[in-house]
Amino acid sequence: MKWKRALPPLCLIVIWQGLSSLGLIPSFKLPSPREVLWGLLDLSVVGMPPGRLLHDHILHSLYRVFSGYGAAAVIAIPLGIAMGWSRRLRDAFEPIVEIIRPIPPLAWIPIAILWFGIGNRSAAFIIFLGAFFPILLNTISGVVSIDRILIEAARTLNASSRDIFLKVLLPGSVPSIMTGLRIGIGIGWMTLVAAEFTGVRQGYGLGYMIMTARDIQRADEILAGMLVIGAIGLAIDVSLQFVERRLIQWR
Amino acid sequence: MALSLELVELTKVFQSDRGEESVEVIAPLNCRVEKGRFVSIVGPSGCGKTTLLRLIAGLDKASAGKIVLDGKVVTQRDERVGLVFQEFALFPWRTTIENIEMGLEIKRVPEKKRREAALDYIRAFGLSGFENKYPKELSGGMKQRVAIARTLIMNPEVVLMDEPFGALDSQTRNDLQRFLLDVWSRRGDTILFVTHNVDEAVFLSDRILVLSKRPTRILAGFEVDMPRPRDRTGTDSNRIRKAILRLLAEPGTP
Repeated sequence: MKWKRALPPLCLIVIWQGLSSLGLIPSFKLPSPREVLWGLLDLSVVGMPPGRLLHDHILHSLYRVFSGYGAAAVIAIPLGIAMGWSRRLRDAFEPIVEIIRPIPPLAWIPIAILWFGIGNRSAAFIIFLGAFFPILLNTISGVVSIDRILIEAARTLNASSRDIFLKVLLPGSVPSIMTGLRIGIGIGWMTLVAAEFTGVRQGYGLGYMIMTARDIQRADEILAGMLVIGAIGLAIDVSLQFVERRLIQWR
Repeated sequence: MALSLELVELTKVFQSDRGEESVEVIAPLNCRVEKGRFVSIVGPSGCGKTTLLRLIAGLDKASAGKIVLDGKVVTQRDERVGLVFQEFALFPWRTTIENIEMGLEIKRVPEKKRREAALDYIRAFGLSGFENKYPKELSGGMKQRVAIARTLIMNPEVVLMDEPFGALDSQTRNDLQRFLLDVWSRRGDTILFVTHNVDEAVFLSDRILVLSKRPTRILAGFEVDMPRPRDRTGTDSNRIRKAILRLLAEPGTP
């Protein structure tokens, strides 16, 4: 039955191609699917700008996303567990979180450039901000929702605070942490293109690539680049879902 | 006979948030539990039975009075006290064997040793074939057997049980009562067993303490001097049951 799900997008592509072939859609505004495919080929073998190939752009973008995202996870998960566990810590940090959280990650770009200059660190910082809060908030709610009786059961088995942290709070909040990690990478990946406005000194990155294609009016390559960004985002989410299912078989 | 547990003038007062009102949940209470005995506590619901166990287990602090464990006064959570919960309280992310091993893991017992110990319990508790199942895959009766194994593997000085069979259907409940007696007759643990089910107390215990409504105090103690296995509907059982039920039903009972 799974192939049925591929039917609507296929229909859309066929209609789109048909309208383009009939000349009803101007190709410089919206190239046909065939042209987008050729654009993808151009990106892969010729490069945009020429010589800078698609896979190098992908690697640079992935590096930026995962360094920002990794830092966000490493800080947000322990902090979230601690905040979920301790009422006082939660009361202390929550107001700060509530003030910073509504600021869109992209609004940090100017200050990020001021702090880190144009480069990978600025971009990673923007992605860090995008991923940090969903991971933090989901971790907190995961810990808060752990049945108190499990903590008491651990205490009657003579668990220390450290044991409770490692053997009850951490494993018990894994489902929520995974949700946070998935939302976090989603937002991190979404902010990538904009973040790369600041991070392109190396001249690589998917965001940089499609902005360059726009400069020379290559709509086919812009669209191909967008599709690549979407496909990688999907692939990351599918892999995280796989990890998630592995980790929470007990549910 | 040696004492495992002694409660001396044990009192618990709950303070409201602002500290203006206070409710006495457990009135000064005295009680002695001899080593190796099976003692049950029955009483009306909401009478503070669970609170009493929580104090002994060190999950809550007493307002006054002493808990004496094996001759020594206990001031905080003591590792020689085990507790079995009505809700099983198994760690859902741990398999049967991992749940049973939890306490030994906390005690830093080497992996091989604790695995062997846990496997012994799995065999003795009829859990073979389920060692790698998660709690969600187990029946209620099995879950409680895992929870009991998890507590007993620590060899506690006193085993507290808080209505452990209260959430089970009556057939499973009867099976587990016989199972528990079987385990106990081989090990000789000191058990303090809370239940609101008088039949259960009469079937299981050496001694039954009847508690009053709040503030909780001990109304009476009954020695159940009957050989096991007991006839649940025999004359002796009925006589004790009647006496306890009459006590619990007395309208004048404060």
